[in-house]
Amino acid sequence: MSKKINYHKFDVIVLGAGGAGLNAAQITSQKVKTAVISEVYPTRSHTVSAQGGICAALGNMEEDHWIWHMFDTVKGGDYLSDQDVCEILCREAPEKIIELEHIGLPFSRTKDGKIAQRPFGGHTAEFGKRAVKRACYAADRTGHAMLQTLYEKSIEQGTHFFSEFYALELLTNEGAVNGVLCYDIQNGGLHIFHAKAVIFATGGMCRVYKTNSNAHINTGDGLALAMRAGFSWSDPEFPQFHPTGLYGAGNLITEAVRGEGGYLLNSKGERFMEQYAPTIKDLAPRDIVSRCIQQEILEGRGCGEKKDYVQLKIDHIGADVIMEKLPGIHELSLIFAGVDCTKEPIPVVPTGHYQNGGIPTSPFAEVLNTDPTNNDEIVPGFFAAGEIAGCVHGANRLGTNSLLDIVVFGRIAGEEALKWADNNKIVSLKNEAGNFGVEILQKFANSNGEYTFGQIYNDMTEIMQKNVSVYRTEEGIKEALLILDQLSNKMENYRVSDKSNIYNLELVEALELNNMILISKAVANGALQRKESRGAHYRNDYPERDDKNYLKHTEASLEEDGKTVQVNYRPVRLKPLTVETFPPKARIY
Amino acid sequence: MKDTVTFEIFRYDPEKDKEPYYDTYKVEIRKPGMLVLEGLNQIKWELDTTLSFRRSCREGVCGSDGMNINGVNMLSCIVKIEDLKTDHLIIQPLPGMPVMRDLVVDVSDFFEKFIAVKPYLIRKSPPPDKEYFQSPEDRKKLDGLYECIMCGCCSSSCPSYWADKKYLGPHAILRAYRYLADSRDEGMDERLRILNDKHGVWRCHTIYNCVEACPKELNPTEAVVKTRRLLLDRDF
Repeated sequence: MSKKINYHKFDVIVLGAGGAGLNAAQITSQKVKTAVISEVYPTRSHTVSAQGGICAALGNMEEDHWIWHMFDTVKGGDYLSDQDVCEILCREAPEKIIELEHIGLPFSRTKDGKIAQRPFGGHTAEFGKRAVKRACYAADRTGHAMLQTLYEKSIEQGTHFFSEFYALELLTNEGAVNGVLCYDIQNGGLHIFHAKAVIFATGGMCRVYKTNSNAHINTGDGLALAMRAGFSWSDPEFPQFHPTGLYGAGNLITEAVRGEGGYLLNSKGERFMEQYAPTIKDLAPRDIVSRCIQQEILEGRGCGEKKDYVQLKIDHIGADVIMEKLPGIHELSLIFAGVDCTKEPIPVVPTGHYQNGGIPTSPFAEVLNTDPTNNDEIVPGFFAAGEIAGCVHGANRLGTNSLLDIVVFGRIAGEEALKWADNNKIVSLKNEAGNFGVEILQKFANSNGEYTFGQIYNDMTEIMQKNVSVYRTEEGIKEALLILDQLSNKMENYRVSDKSNIYNLELVEALELNNMILISKAVANGALQRKESRGAHYRNDYPERDDKNYLKHTEASLEEDGKTVQVNYRPVRLKPLTVETFPPKARIY
Repeated sequence: MKDTVTFEIFRYDPEKDKEPYYDTYKVEIRKPGMLVLEGLNQIKWELDTTLSFRRSCREGVCGSDGMNINGVNMLSCIVKIEDLKTDHLIIQPLPGMPVMRDLVVDVSDFFEKFIAVKPYLIRKSPPPDKEYFQSPEDRKKLDGLYECIMCGCCSSSCPSYWADKKYLGPHAILRAYRYLADSRDEGMDERLRILNDKHGVWRCHTIYNCVEACPKELNPTEAVVKTRRLLLDRDF
């Protein structure tokens, strides 16, 4: 293991090269020296897998207003969203979509040459009266089209990329964030990136579940780095289960299938969502549809030999429409389920999909040191955007709001980091900067114990799926925590056989697994303490939402020992910036 | 269905190996339709933890896991073992690219050539307040072009790309044509100048390897031919 640490100085560092990171870098790299650091080549980032669309109240197909969109987002989030952030998300959406189109995103079009829009779960007109066409899309490859367009734009701008660099430590000094220590996967080199501002855009963590729609890289590394550097994670107990993952594989089948007229069926051939959500039926938000599917399965109306999935029917809209608007779904269903969806229904189950919570941020993507009395302090030089940033989606994100999130807050993070870099000096590095990261790297690189990735990863994902997914109980969560502790201990007796400096995937996976166990503990601890049901968090033993006691954000952080997760709370910011608060109401669709 | 399939895999670690060699593994078939990537993960997580390869989305859209399987370039995550109709797989890194380690290749040349064709929307006139107008018919011209996932299967299957180190290769040309075909683009002249070169579209010998290799069923050769037509019709 090489001991020399290479030093780089930049104005702004962007960690992560998905949609949020590239949007941020597009702004900063126009003016200041910017490094984009990513575990994979930018076009491999998980934004590429987003399918159905990105919403904005453009009103290209029918009347729409950003305030309706904001209402839907707040209600969809079961009132746990910070409403100031929601206002920015929805108000800025139309302008940001147009900016994306102007740099080349190949949106599908209306007959009159505008960006086409379609309905999506939980998006309504006139505050819940009917479904509305709000999701802009590029067939069912919207994320792919966006990521590549942004990457191509960054080429024009000459953005400086460090691809296949894995982050080991978030560097801080005197309360400010001032850099990142990274490991070069290609040759084993160590690098300190020292900067005035750091933007975290590291994505999600749903690889902790057995059934998930996520890429191999979605291991929550950014969340773990932030927690180890002393920052908190808001609402960890709210990973979203997307209702329609392909049975057996977990891959995403976009909600756009239902937006284009598809619907769910149980083994009796009943369109069961009509009973659960009479107004918008199959286009109810994801948490609700996921629970309904699980309920149908639990009550014996699942399909197949094991009665453990439901069916998603789409063939009735016609093969031509499917091939034009949902070609990727056709391909995925064929490969992963052996089903031709132009002729037969797709077998689906809920799949771990998205982290609704994240690092607490202001409406301007500034990371906050939160406070139980809402006297939050802005962390100097630290910004976060995208899936890793918290509190805009509340307890449950609406479909298409994630691509919007990465555009709106990616760009705002870029603008704010740029201002920060213009007005502030670089904070010097601590003498011990990077020591922790090097230590953890060497601990695993030199490890010669008993356990390897396969067994521990399998045990972790199984218990998280069984006890901390769609339905939860106190007993189940406690069992999960116990097993997670045992797995932590096994990490102390780990073995990495590969001692090479060159593309050592085994070492990277060890570091990721170490992070995932921490992440899982935070999810389980948050879930244990929240004795109510809200959005994606459903407790069988506390089935009602309890606004009196739990209309508040969980803040999970690490205790001094670096292992124990502690849970605190802070109030939800219910006051938007310029409009009236949407007060909590019963969530009926 | 056979219980096991043999994976014979190219191994090379420049830190310790003088030359490449092959390791052989017995992979258990655990379900119908099992994918090659699932076999590789089984090796990685249960049989030999030291094997290195790239993968991420595991659904054929991120382009990480292009590799050569029984002589053909493909993505390990969307190819079913049973569809290969053999119980012996020989898996090698993508040909024509320097090997970094095991199945991991150095893609820098591949990306540099992509960058060289100015793969972004070029506009001279200021944008309108709303979106650019683009008819559904014009938008349709991008289908079959914008879906490229940059996996490298095409360029690395191309003998001209192997032989001519300066050749842009099918991937970069497909990308260039994606913008040439975009009704919103105003950069045709400058992009065509780059492509109009003996290391550009004229290097292609239309042997269609790239078309066969593309896991997304795109047609880079057609992009080459259409670009040539644009060049022949144009006075610079």
